[in-house]
Amino acid sequence: MLEVESLAVSYGAIKALHGIGLRVGRGEIVTLIGSNGAGKSTTLRAISGLVRPAAGSKIVYDGTSIASRPPHEIVRMGLVQSPEGRGVFPNMTVEENLELGAYVRSDRDGIDADREKALSLFPRLKERFRQSAGTLSGGEQQMLAMARALMARPRLLLLDEPSLGLAPQIVQVIFRIIREINAGGTTILLVEQNAHMALKVAHRAYVLEVGRIVMEGPAAELAASDQVKNAYMGRHA
Amino acid sequence: MAWSLSSRASQLGPPAAWSLVRGVLPFLACVAVAILAQVILKPFLITTLGWDFAAKMIVDVGINIVLAVSLTLVNGFTGQFSIGHAAFMAVGGYTAAAIVYYGSYRIAGNPDLAGGVLSSMLVGREAPWFTPHDLLFLVAMLAGGVVAALCGYLVGLPSLRLKGDYLAIVTLGFGEIVRVLIQSQTGDVLYDPEEIAQTPAWKLAGSLGGSLGFSGLPFYTSFFWVYLLVLVTLLLAWRIKNSSYGRALISIREDEIASEAMGVDTTRFKIRAFVLSAFLAGCAGALFAHTVGVQLNAAELGFVKSFDIIIMVVLGGLGSISGAVIAAIILTILPEALRGVAEYRMVAYAVALIVMMLVRPKGLLGVHEVWERAAWDWLLGASKRKGAGR
Ligand SMILES: Nc1ncnc2c1ncn2[C@@H]1O[C@H](COP(=O)(O)OP(=O)(O)O)[C@@H](O)[C@H]1O
Ligand SMILES: [Mg+2]
Repeated sequence: MLEVESLAVSYGAIKALHGIGLRVGRGEIVTLIGSNGAGKSTTLRAISGLVRPAAGSKIVYDGTSIASRPPHEIVRMGLVQSPEGRGVFPNMTVEENLELGAYVRSDRDGIDADREKALSLFPRLKERFRQSAGTLSGGEQQMLAMARALMARPRLLLLDEPSLGLAPQIVQVIFRIIREINAGGTTILLVEQNAHMALKVAHRAYVLEVGRIVMEGPAAELAASDQVKNAYMGRHA
Repeated sequence: MAWSLSSRASQLGPPAAWSLVRGVLPFLACVAVAILAQVILKPFLITTLGWDFAAKMIVDVGINIVLAVSLTLVNGFTGQFSIGHAAFMAVGGYTAAAIVYYGSYRIAGNPDLAGGVLSSMLVGREAPWFTPHDLLFLVAMLAGGVVAALCGYLVGLPSLRLKGDYLAIVTLGFGEIVRVLIQSQTGDVLYDPEEIAQTPAWKLAGSLGGSLGFSGLPFYTSFFWVYLLVLVTLLLAWRIKNSSYGRALISIREDEIASEAMGVDTTRFKIRAFVLSAFLAGCAGALFAHTVGVQLNAAELGFVKSFDIIIMVVLGGLGSISGAVIAAIILTILPEALRGVAEYRMVAYAVALIVMMLVRPKGLLGVHEVWERAAWDWLLGASKRKGAGR
């Protein structure tokens, strides 16, 4: 469904990605783990068109090259990102945030149905429906960011560190919902620092270290490898 | 301007004809209300009460409302920071002035006021309902808006593609360029009918009075024209705020990256908002140029004027239409009321801004409208917290 090859990105003089490759198959949850500054967010930003990849980078989604498309076209193709740090619209209500998630759509009935679906997935948001997003707790904001992305009816959903800064119980809830979303037929590329949880829900995984993919394989296999355990799961081992 | 005038809600449900009516009817209502203001309120204030000064203030307030609300589209809704709004006023004002002044010469051989009942603040003047000069004035105003919008497009295109505060720098520069060009590069206003008849139009367009200002303009600006523009501006701003376009604009202010990630074409939207804002400022400039007691001079449409408008938007609450209106009313009347100390206006603004940033950093009403409960929660809630010692 998504094929990335020799993807390189620079911020001015800083090279953030040195030509990485990864693949996401239809129906999968694939996770990209790595420590802070490894280039995980940059990878997602490049896929979404939010940063411009270097010449020669290949990003193919559903058979179409999207490496130089603007983000709004990519969203319309069903490739949607829930950005790092949630990025909810703080002065808008939960309802308005969800409405914006459906910005690229115009099928009113479908939008309404998807909103009900999203609210049943995240019942907490139903209680906060007319509240400003800025007044929600961190966990609720994360739920809103994910629900908002779902409103665009993604076929491939990119999640950037959904567990960042959340209490352990909330993290459990978020990951359970990630599974549910995937069970509903949405393919997911999940970026995480929390390797322990990410490897539990994912089918396959890639490990990113300072702009390079250093390992890849089935999630269970990586979770069992000493290298990953020592480097990324120290806290939980 | 590719703004859809009907909100998303009205595009759905009812049949197309009905939504067309709903789209157009409010604009007709604006015209009706503006006519009433002209034929009833104006004579009542001036003839019955003798409040000439109040009538003048009402015109000034109206023009400032248009300026503040149009800037709200950019600085308020979209979260960009333009600091050259007065320059668009100048561009629109001078464009309209040249068309009205030289156009009148070409039509009538003199620049005298020759509009109908709707186009003047004079009382006891016998005039028909409508004359060709009304049309000339309307065309001039729209042309002023269009030229200002074009400038807005040229200024906005390079700077709005980028994230960050480039727009502030570029608009500041644009404002100075406009002012200097008009002041130093335009020739004297011509007044000899023979000469005007023989001078080519492009040369007339360069005879705008230079540093002396554009003298001899007829005073077409009336309650009708001002409040027509005020109402249309408010209607547009209101519809935009409550449409999916408006939500997209506001999402850019709230979080530009997230907005992009949701599929909003942020560059296009920022430019659209900026161009519409410049158009309205250009129209307001046209009205300003033809107001009784005003001598159009680019020197007065520099940074200080831009700053006056910014203060209205910031004080009202970035993103609140009613807040901008209230702030425009207060900040137009207050300097008049405090005439003696008006020179200290800038000092007072600076102090007011600092105090506001400390007490109510989002402005009087925040992003809310005055009739929304959230606005009152915001006003009262903030003071409650203060009372609790925060
Ligand atoms: N906007 C930016 N400008 C300059 N450098 C950046 C920017 N964003 C990220 N970087 C740099 O790129 C590298 C990768 O960052 P990022 O993709 O955010 O990593 P991660 O998401 O894995 O923590 C880091 O060295 C970071 O400092
Ligand atoms: Mg990151």
